[in-house]
Amino acid sequence: MVRLEKRPSPSAFWQWATPILAVLLTMVAGGIMFALLGKDPIAAMRTIFWDPLFNAQFASYSRPQLLVKAGPLILIAIGLSLGFRAGIWNIGAEGQYIMGAIAGAAVGLYFFPAENRLIFPLMVVAGALGGWAWAMIPAILKTRFNTNEILVSLLLVYVAQNILASMAVGAMRNPDGGGFPGSRNLSQYPSAANLELIPGTGMHWGVIAAFMAVIAAYILLQRHILGFQIKLAGQAPRAARFAGVNPTRLVVLCMGISGALAGLAGLFEVAGPAGQISIDFNVGYGFTAIIVAFLGRLNPIGILLAGLLMALTYIGGELAQFMLGLPAAAIQAFQGMLLFFLLAVDLLTNYRVRLGAKREVA
Amino acid sequence: MFGGIDPALLIAALIVASVPIILAAIGELVVERAGVLNLGVEGMMIMGAVCGFITAVSTGSAFLGFVGGALGGAVLSLVFGVLTQFLLANQVATGLALTLFGLGLSSLIGQSYVGIKPPLTDAVPLGPFADIPFFGRVLFSHDWVVYLSVASVAAVWWVLRATRMGLILRAVGESHDAAHALGYKVRRIRMLAILFGGAMAGLGGAYISLVRVPQWTDGITAGAGWIALAIVVFASWRPWRALVGAYLFGGITVLQLNLQAAGSRIPVEYLSSAPYLITILVLVIMSSGRGKAALNAPASLGQNFHASR
Repeated sequence: MVRLEKRPSPSAFWQWATPILAVLLTMVAGGIMFALLGKDPIAAMRTIFWDPLFNAQFASYSRPQLLVKAGPLILIAIGLSLGFRAGIWNIGAEGQYIMGAIAGAAVGLYFFPAENRLIFPLMVVAGALGGWAWAMIPAILKTRFNTNEILVSLLLVYVAQNILASMAVGAMRNPDGGGFPGSRNLSQYPSAANLELIPGTGMHWGVIAAFMAVIAAYILLQRHILGFQIKLAGQAPRAARFAGVNPTRLVVLCMGISGALAGLAGLFEVAGPAGQISIDFNVGYGFTAIIVAFLGRLNPIGILLAGLLMALTYIGGELAQFMLGLPAAAIQAFQGMLLFFLLAVDLLTNYRVRLGAKREVA
Repeated sequence: MFGGIDPALLIAALIVASVPIILAAIGELVVERAGVLNLGVEGMMIMGAVCGFITAVSTGSAFLGFVGGALGGAVLSLVFGVLTQFLLANQVATGLALTLFGLGLSSLIGQSYVGIKPPLTDAVPLGPFADIPFFGRVLFSHDWVVYLSVASVAAVWWVLRATRMGLILRAVGESHDAAHALGYKVRRIRMLAILFGGAMAGLGGAYISLVRVPQWTDGITAGAGWIALAIVVFASWRPWRALVGAYLFGGITVLQLNLQAAGSRIPVEYLSSAPYLITILVLVIMSSGRGKAALNAPASLGQNFHASR
């Protein structure tokens, strides 16, 4: 008989070991999935995890992509992790990402073709505000009317996608684009472009923002009273109330920060790697960031590493698509599987697994 | 009458549009009454949609397709059940994982089925009833799943209200510790509820890919699972109210589609947002003021059960 015994406090060893164990288990299960699809599992794993970094032929292209893909994932996941820690579930980051991109691009397109050094900073502010405002809808409905923030933030993703489609074919369509949907290319407009800062590294302003967010979140959680309140509200809501933590303020702050960061990620993406507002501009970073946040155990440093790993699966997945004909959706299922294994092995952090019959309590 | 929209056709279409939501919502309602919050409805629905579609196309039978859809949803819900009931994983996070995984896996196994037409699901022949003017068109010319969806609402209502099984299920949802102390198998009862919820969501998903659309495309459920979750809150965890909520939602969906077809001056993108916005609005109304929906929520909703003694 297997039974579980609650640990007095979470195991420090397993807190670090569970993400690694989950990645290994996912590789095994993913290998089985790829084998079922008729692909060589060893080759698939090498193509996904090894070739993007070390293969002589692809690495020069893939390595910079690592930061390009990890930047938005880390930026969004840092914001989400604050809320998740406090038990505030913003799962509509995808929508906030879209709205940030639209707001930021709107500022850039408004000034086109003027050249001014202030345009890009203005776009950054607009991007953050766009995401923040979109996140404020579920936040205010939650604090004012006690509406479930999970459902509202998620439903707003579909609304944001419709707004994006309408912008791409309507208000923001490139007047010189021959009637094709999609806005002007911002990455070719010097004052608005979010270009690679150091050639060959993939480093752009969004990546710098992501690193800054990691540091800021680390300090917030370790040293600031707000970080303490966030942790307290998540672990012991009743104690938090007695300690005078204002839940309304916490919801507004956590949702606002995560929305603003998601909006920033959207702005940096639309002004740089994506270049333009188009119907299929969003590629699911807002949802993958949820996996990143959990894989990093809601810890800023962990999220940094998890973001890089998840970016690697994106790039490796593309490579495997190209080299082995692995379907694009396989990598999405692979990422979902990772979250499953992570949640499953998380048991080891909080419980001891005991074999044998139960001792009678005297 | 309404700008060239025939009310009989509109109501008949509304009933059809609501079926996937009713099925998924009534399944989730049972799960939540047992005290489990499964946010993976969207993932289970889309697995039901793809499994149902593949089964129907390869066997040539729409009926077997629905069976396959229900099985697909139930198998995915089994993963949720094992993770949350035996491995004590966070229910919110596991539900999200279920949706992310379901969306990826469905698109993986469905990729060679894009653009195929599934076998037809015929209307139930009700003979003379179907010829009654207006009501014949509105009520008596649907396929069997439509009648099944209403019957499932009635059945769940009756089981929850009037049977021993329903009482035990509710006890587990209100206070798992008390139910455990009385000797009920909390985990087993919850697992059964989760499987029922998965099968119903799968059935609803299969209805989308086999009847509503009918074909397979990636992301075909388009948020229907999330709307089903919202409708459970709207319904204050009561079966008949879920039916009303689903019909309200179906009505808005059909109305905006008709407005699109009629060439309304409101852009298509804003009309397509209407069902989501109205769902949010209804959620706000239900969760505030008098008769707060939250007051009716099962007391143990979303809490994991670990028998320490």
